[in-house]
Amino acid sequence: MQWLLIAISLAFMGLFLVMPLYAVFHEALRQGVGVFFQSLQSRDAQSAIRLTLLVAAIAVPLNVVFGICAAWAIAKYEFKGKAFLITLIDLPFSVSPVISGLVYVLLFGSGSLLGPWLRANGVEILFAVPGIVLATIFVTFPFVARELIPLMQDQGTGDEEAAISLGANGWQTFFRVTLPNIKWGLLYGVLLCNARAMGEFGAVAVVSGKIRGQTTTMPLQVEMLYNEYNGTAAFALASLLALLALVTLVLKSILEWRFGDELAASGRH
Amino acid sequence: MQVSVKNVRKEFDRFPALHDVSLDIVSGELIALLGPSGSGKTTLLRLIAGLEYPTSGAIYFGDEDASHKSVQERNVGFVFQHYALFRHMTILENVSFGLKVRPRETRPAAAEIRRKALELLDLVQLSGLEKRYPNQLSGGQRQRVALARALAIEPRVLLLDEPFGALDAQVRRELRKWLREIHDRTGHTTVFVTHDQEEALELSDRLCVMSQGRIEQVGTPDDVYDRPASPFVFGFIGESSELPATVENGEFWVDGRAIGVAATDQAPGKGKLYFRPHDVDLVEADAALAGVVAGHRRVGGTRRVELSVGGDHRKVELDLPFDHPAGEKTRLAFRPRRWRFFPEAV
Ligand SMILES: Nc1ncnc2c1ncn2[C@@H]1O[C@H](COP(=O)(O)OP(=O)(O)OP(=O)(O)O)[C@@H](O)[C@H]1O
Ligand SMILES: [Mg+2]
Repeated sequence: MQWLLIAISLAFMGLFLVMPLYAVFHEALRQGVGVFFQSLQSRDAQSAIRLTLLVAAIAVPLNVVFGICAAWAIAKYEFKGKAFLITLIDLPFSVSPVISGLVYVLLFGSGSLLGPWLRANGVEILFAVPGIVLATIFVTFPFVARELIPLMQDQGTGDEEAAISLGANGWQTFFRVTLPNIKWGLLYGVLLCNARAMGEFGAVAVVSGKIRGQTTTMPLQVEMLYNEYNGTAAFALASLLALLALVTLVLKSILEWRFGDELAASGRH
Repeated sequence: MQVSVKNVRKEFDRFPALHDVSLDIVSGELIALLGPSGSGKTTLLRLIAGLEYPTSGAIYFGDEDASHKSVQERNVGFVFQHYALFRHMTILENVSFGLKVRPRETRPAAAEIRRKALELLDLVQLSGLEKRYPNQLSGGQRQRVALARALAIEPRVLLLDEPFGALDAQVRRELRKWLREIHDRTGHTTVFVTHDQEEALELSDRLCVMSQGRIEQVGTPDDVYDRPASPFVFGFIGESSELPATVENGEFWVDGRAIGVAATDQAPGKGKLYFRPHDVDLVEADAALAGVVAGHRRVGGTRRVELSVGGDHRKVELDLPFDHPAGEKTRLAFRPRRWRFFPEAV
């Protein structure tokens, strides 16, 4: 029985996870390594990679800061509307990314209240990098906060109170006591946040306008290339994303294995 | 440092945890806050520390009003019930934390900090363990690190919240003696919270008994044990029995019988008579309290007999020496030798 179950799950995973992964790399390298690297070096591919890195480089640190603030507030203080705030943090997980993107279109588009004013002042948000960053921040917001809230709730305020009673000020308390206590959980959250920030398709597709070489991130570029029957180039770029996923997976497993007791995720999920 | 708590009230979301509490803590004394769970001991301690602010009233450190000062400004040493050691720091780093976070002008040199921390570890008898992490220590050792860490900042007052609460009886007794020694050696004004009366009686210079957010009595252990100020204190400190009694003709009456105990200095009226199991004399007279033996058990070196007294079978406990012949009887007559009478509130 045990073996049957294991065999079924292995077969299932093979069919739905390993095969596609294999297919991606297989397609990418079908015409040889030379073509693979060539397609990665094309101007559009390079710009897509740069944009993706840029977006992640802005969205991830911001979400680290927001996530820590939100988790801190929720875990260490009592206030009205706390339950509501927790629900709000989960919102990006529960709405379809396409809707998240559309919200920004409604907010900043030409038909919106802000749109004409923004245009008059020369601020471009939609169909430009700021829009992509905003959409990415929205979609990836929960990762850090969700990882930290249970962790910080578990740890309580004892250590912080000890630190301030010993004379430490707010910053010293945060950097010397709180941060070291949550560092592995934070890293875990950052990892997931980053993977999603680089891989996000839906929300970004809505706000980007897909201007080639300017507002296409890697996932968008993959789709565009694929639609143009440029399979090798599409899969070459896709293989980078797949690689990112694999690296994330490995790092995540290492964190879980090595610091399991300091992560909220392992005990709870 | 003399600390005065003046008419302090503390509410949590309108729920009063402390009502109008006043307490003067004498410089250099070791005072215990004793009371049942939920009586407000921790709240009072945290108010003194500045981890909590009073809803009304004031807290003075010496002549200075510290009510609105932050924890950092108050410079108190706080030892938490669950130690709250920094788990990612070694023992040495834990102890030196308070000195390392000082602003540059008042921070000692690194070598001086280290020397001081090692000296404190020596004081708490943990020399040689400075490189360990908190999770590599026993509970008793952790508690001593927590104390050393609090002492490192040269606090004006040392506050301990159930310092031995999480330890087993043996270790508790050892640490208790040891805390007393440290206190006598360093001379810090010390307030510690406990709900263990034995600990409070043995360790403190004075104790402050609390109940339901109020102070019931403050006094030396002898005062509180021998002259409890209220029925609550009598019942809470030490073993005791109570019986409803009436004062008439300068005598106590229980169940309509005079019990042969003179009611010295008591006004006539109804009330409750309190006495301790070891403060009774067995008698053969008629004018006495009498009860049926309902059971006995061993308590330390004595036999504690449980009697059921009167028509409504009120439980009374007496201590007898083990070899006392009365231990075999089924019925005993006795008189309280020392007692306290609390008249019913009119
Ligand atoms: N942060 C808080 N929020 C709301 N109520 C609180 C808070 N802290 C304490 N209380 C309440 O105040 C009362 C006194 O609590 P406190 O912790 O001072 O009791 P204690 O004497 O230390 O009890 P214990 O021996 O169980 O530690 C309790 O009824 C408690 O529920
Ligand atoms: Mg308490």
